[in-house]
Amino acid sequence: MTTKTLTTDDAVKVIYDVLAEIAPEVDASEIDMSVDLTEQLDLDSMDYLHWLVGINARTGIEIPDRDASHFMTIDGAARYLVDASVAR
Amino acid sequence: MIDFKLPSLGADMDEAMLVGWLVSPGDQVSRGDIVAEVETDKGVMEVECWDDGIIDELLVEPSSTKLPVGTPLARIRATDESPVAEPAPHREVTAAPEPAPSREPVAVGAVAGPQAPAPPPPHVTRHVSPPVRHLAHQLGVDVDTVTASGPEGTVTREDVRRAAGRRRVSPRARRLAMEEGIDLSLLSPTGPDGMIVVADLTGLESKAVDGAVEVADREEEPAVPPEVPARTVESELPADDPALAMRRAIARSMARSNREIPQYSLVTQIDMKRALEWLDDANAERPVTARILPAALVAKATALALREVPELNGHFVEDRFEQSADIHLGMAISLRTGGLVAPAIRNADTLTLDELMAALDDLVRRARSWKLRTSEMASATATLTNLGERGVGTAFPIVIPPQVAIIGLGRVMERPVAIDGMLAVRPTVDATLVADHRVSDGHRGGLFLAALEQRLQEPEKL
Repeated sequence: MTTKTLTTDDAVKVIYDVLAEIAPEVDASEIDMSVDLTEQLDLDSMDYLHWLVGINARTGIEIPDRDASHFMTIDGAARYLVDASVAR
Repeated sequence: MIDFKLPSLGADMDEAMLVGWLVSPGDQVSRGDIVAEVETDKGVMEVECWDDGIIDELLVEPSSTKLPVGTPLARIRATDESPVAEPAPHREVTAAPEPAPSREPVAVGAVAGPQAPAPPPPHVTRHVSPPVRHLAHQLGVDVDTVTASGPEGTVTREDVRRAAGRRRVSPRARRLAMEEGIDLSLLSPTGPDGMIVVADLTGLESKAVDGAVEVADREEEPAVPPEVPARTVESELPADDPALAMRRAIARSMARSNREIPQYSLVTQIDMKRALEWLDDANAERPVTARILPAALVAKATALALREVPELNGHFVEDRFEQSADIHLGMAISLRTGGLVAPAIRNADTLTLDELMAALDDLVRRARSWKLRTSEMASATATLTNLGERGVGTAFPIVIPPQVAIIGLGRVMERPVAIDGMLAVRPTVDATLVADHRVSDGHRGGLFLAALEQRLQEPEKL
């Protein structure tokens, strides 16, 4: 678990790595970073939860339920993680 | 001496290939230990043993021969028996047909006996987490002798598997390896989570491998071009072979359902305001690792409602309904690569909501990585299918034989409702029961839906 501040690149890498575990058949280069992820990748609620749990496990950043709306797109998720890593 | 037989694999799956053993003669086993892996049209599954004892003899070698359910696979000596050789009755040969002389089919997994353990690394502290220790126990590996490759002397799952001589292999890679006689233990896996994928096999053809099993030259182009990076596993489960096999299995089951089961359908609209508000409050306090999904809440409510209408819970076999005292709720899980499995959460009505959520989470993870168990695949007494997430308003599912009921949920939608004579807007969901009319009638089916609705109005009691 890391306690350093995340750069946007770090955050995006973690996001993609976890997504690759959940949806290994998806080509990362085809994902639109600003479009709703569950629509693009046909993620169901369990996939989505696994994604959040995976991000939490790798970054140590907690994602309270009320903040879930930040995690609808990759851009939104990356911004949240960077801000959260600065704040702690 | 107990015969360990190939157990039931789920509806309409009467045969399977034995793809690997996780135990050897002389190993101690307990009830519930996973002892082998088999492959059916619905993919690879783990087989548990139901007895305590010591493995006396493995009767069948892994091969591509399809074995019928009930085939004796091994003999287990109860711990109080002495290991005297019994006069064995003549057994049918169940090994693979003889392959071409230049190829030697090599079993995946340790059959010949335990591998010599690597000496422990000197001067390094070792960390072995409980799940890794459990895996080591399951695979018959002495975890203290496993070489740790993780950071700071951590023993990883891959370390344990390597020590057990067993690798996680995608179904397509496994079949290819068996057909081509490739020794999987020689490969470095490049798939996700240390899984061997087809790209790892095709790379092998262009190398000379010393002392290894000879790989016959392939005449046609490999299905996966060698330059495809292993991470892109989209070709692992395409529309041929395993996915097609699964489709055939589903087709058989659904065609049988249509042919044999006179099905009636009932729908009711359930107000979900209380349930969802309660869940939001509960989840607000919880870390992401303990979050509960609406699916778990609905599953618990369904399991409890089934207690009230037991003629929806059981199997119809040979013209007779066998009501089940236990409620093993099948959960329909769609696989990203195509296809559907509906393994059971066993005794779902007895689990707490947290336990049920954990069981569902575990089931989904294992369904997607081909690690479901035959006991889960064969034991559902009724099934729940949640179709709302992709926008379905009202579901009309089909009963999965030999079950007699299936419950489908559509999308939670804000709808206008009348409450105390006034118009309100509430989140509501259509819940459908489809059931076998040979066993239950609409009145009883209706009571079930009423019970389900009632449970979801009191989420704190779930």
